[in-house]
Amino acid sequence: MNSERVERNLDAAFESVGVSRRDFMKFCGAMTALLGLPPVFTARVARALENRMPFVKERRPSVLWLNLQSCTGCTESFTRADHPSVAEAVLNMISLDFNETLQAASGTEAEAACEAAMKENHGKYILVVEGSLPAADSGRYCVMCGKTGETFLKKMAGGAACVIALGTCAVYGGLPAASPNPTDARSIDDAVAPAAVVKIPGCPPIGDVLMATIVHYLFFGRLPSLDSEKRPRFAYGKFIHEQCRRHYHFENAEMSTSFDDEAYRGGYCLFPMGCKGAFTKNACTVIRWNMGSNWCVGAGHPCVGCSEKDFWDKFTPFYALAEGRNPQ
Amino acid sequence: MTRMVIDPVTRIEGHLRIEAEVDNGVLRKAWASGTMFRGIETIVKDRDPRDVWYFVQRICSVCTGVHAIASVRAVENALGITIPENGLLIRNLIEGMQLIHDHVMHFYHLHALDWVDITAALNADVKKASLLQESISDWPKSNPRYFQEVKDKLKAFIGSGQLGIFAHGYWGHSAYKLPPEVNLIAVAHYINALEWQKSVARFIALLGGRHPCPNFLVGGMATAINPDSDQALNASRILMMRETLQEAQDFVEKVYFPDVLAIASFYPEWTKLGEGVGNFLACGDFPAFGKKDELFMPGGVIWKRKIDNVKDFDQKNVSEYVTRSWYTYSDDQAKAKHPFDGETNPKYTGPNPPYDFLDVDGKYSWIKAPRYEDKPVEVGPLARVLIAYGRGHKQIRELVDKGTKQLGVGNAALFSTLGRTLARSVETVAVADKMWEWYDKFVANVSAGNFVTATMEKWEPRTWPAEALGVGLAEAPRGALGHWIKIKNGKVDRYQIVVSTTWNASPPDPKGQIGAYEAALVGTPVADPAKPVEVLRTIHSFDPCIACAVHVYDAVHQKSEAEVIMP
Repeated sequence: MNSERVERNLDAAFESVGVSRRDFMKFCGAMTALLGLPPVFTARVARALENRMPFVKERRPSVLWLNLQSCTGCTESFTRADHPSVAEAVLNMISLDFNETLQAASGTEAEAACEAAMKENHGKYILVVEGSLPAADSGRYCVMCGKTGETFLKKMAGGAACVIALGTCAVYGGLPAASPNPTDARSIDDAVAPAAVVKIPGCPPIGDVLMATIVHYLFFGRLPSLDSEKRPRFAYGKFIHEQCRRHYHFENAEMSTSFDDEAYRGGYCLFPMGCKGAFTKNACTVIRWNMGSNWCVGAGHPCVGCSEKDFWDKFTPFYALAEGRNPQ
Repeated sequence: MTRMVIDPVTRIEGHLRIEAEVDNGVLRKAWASGTMFRGIETIVKDRDPRDVWYFVQRICSVCTGVHAIASVRAVENALGITIPENGLLIRNLIEGMQLIHDHVMHFYHLHALDWVDITAALNADVKKASLLQESISDWPKSNPRYFQEVKDKLKAFIGSGQLGIFAHGYWGHSAYKLPPEVNLIAVAHYINALEWQKSVARFIALLGGRHPCPNFLVGGMATAINPDSDQALNASRILMMRETLQEAQDFVEKVYFPDVLAIASFYPEWTKLGEGVGNFLACGDFPAFGKKDELFMPGGVIWKRKIDNVKDFDQKNVSEYVTRSWYTYSDDQAKAKHPFDGETNPKYTGPNPPYDFLDVDGKYSWIKAPRYEDKPVEVGPLARVLIAYGRGHKQIRELVDKGTKQLGVGNAALFSTLGRTLARSVETVAVADKMWEWYDKFVANVSAGNFVTATMEKWEPRTWPAEALGVGLAEAPRGALGHWIKIKNGKVDRYQIVVSTTWNASPPDPKGQIGAYEAALVGTPVADPAKPVEVLRTIHSFDPCIACAVHVYDAVHQKSEAEVIMP
């Protein structure tokens, strides 16, 4: 088959699922940036992806989504993802078979949809978990369908190919686990063991990082490279401070000390105002938020370190210097 | 009598369970229960008051931002801080766009499938759909080819046998009444709205850094304005705000509002079903700079449907019961307590999971029972719109009258399931329009060299009094919201929140007065208890947010003398 014909066939395949060639190349461009590669690699990424087209030729992989002690911020962030957008993802790429926020069916029919998906895709589905798990009082602080969150989680994790712990609550316990942790809230770690876990912390996490992780798994058939905390290296490999656009001000000792002066508006380093970017690994500076339009520091608020373990206690007060720590 | 359980109630925020008795195809009695609890007010105790907005913002990230706004207002109220005009305008712009974003997503992604049968859209005649769309508005995506594309995509999707989020929906249910063409238009707009929402959220990110969970600041906003910098709000970002605001308004005016009216016209019986308790409350929001009492959406209280007799709202008349909720009071269990005087200790006394039914004769929810002057009230878009209407709000009156006229109904039709849905779209149109005024004023300030977004005068805790009380009120998309704070020696001593959904989803009080959800569900037709699409219509018309509704109060033993200041 010559390359032109391959391309035509692919275009037809894309068309059949409602993805235009342009959309696809746009997506490849975003993936290339996300993986930290220069733009010239876009074509190579596209070729690599085209060779593995599960959503064109096979069933869309099943994704189940479980909300525990959550604020639904992770779901919200997922729906803000750009490449692919949530519409592209749920209509063309994955089969989101259980998600309480978006699902049409309620009650017994919702449970039935979840059960059916677990059965049909046993050992193959991706489980996304949002929120922490309360251990106090036998788990009675989080009950769904008359069953504890833990009951649900264990059952759903049991048949999953992999579990994505999404957001700081699922990954580390998060806000409910902040001192004094009234419900003995915990990460989902113990409950989902021994399933393969990817951790995408953040309060909320960046929707595009979740999308990229799912896409990576779908296309390459394996999880992305993870660090010692099981976070995808492509998103959590570097400290925010190292990649901050304000970093050269830091190097020049140009510091902001107020939310109302020329230094602040001049984009000087926010470290003296409590910025925790020097101790926080995340992709905010690279991918940024909301179609790349901005990020916290970009708007003028210090990074509070929302993707780091125990940031609610370790990094508070938010506007104070991190004790005993200095950025490099 | 059939006992029915809906759990999980989906297409909402959080964990909501509805139990009900159904007799001869009609719901006779309902119980609403929140089944998840975190205890955020306990967590913020002893923390820096300037940090609290970040904590309480995570009460709920669907209405992301409103808890943060109520929180910074409470702290500013306690410390006597007046924020600069740009700070106020930016907050209005964020809160306004949040309302627009939230309401549109609610209608298409959380509510529409109660009225729209997506599988029936496959029978649509695309030419008819095109003509219908063109008769509804001048939204450009209206030609037959476009609808054919949507139909083909939908056909391929359904044909794949993998229905994903639409699996096990109530498709083909006798309660669905829309013609195929309206179903197809709604499916197209469901997808359009999903793309639209991620785009217009940029507006908030430009000001607050990101969405969900944009950043706020006690004393104003942490938004750096600098026309000479690429790291601040400059001309290009201000232009992007204009573009996204225009995009937001176009969709609201040309798609959302007309769709609500078009769909509602096929369900006239739902303008007679689903009334709540007939009492309405709003604290009001969207302040004007330097005019303490001027709010774009006014506050007030309406008793027994009397729209033309709006009373003033006073937070002193708010109190809460825990007689049917999983909490205890240390003294009289049957007495209500004002938030500044209240206390709560969580104490679960429900059945041990796994269970089939709750003990609905006893305590059955993590949601408490707030009352105003000891009576249940409904909060939310309908309350706001009725109160604005009653107070003579010109634009709200015009929009409501336009809607009721087009549907051929009177104002009594507003006291219903569809009344709530219509009111939500009405206020979205009004706020989208008002956004330009705030935007233009903001741009004028920046053009004149006014880059100040925050005051740092009382930033340092050493400038604070040893003790201070504050109240912060806001109108969340789902209704009136109040945060009460007591600051002592620079730390949070007490923090309490009364949230929109707590009002609406509350269990009965000791007098047996039920809350708005439970009242609204009585009389709902239920053709098939296993497929309760009719019940969902009314529940979704409230736009439940259960993470918001459930919270714990700390013990507070001091009466408030604090003056409530808006903002």
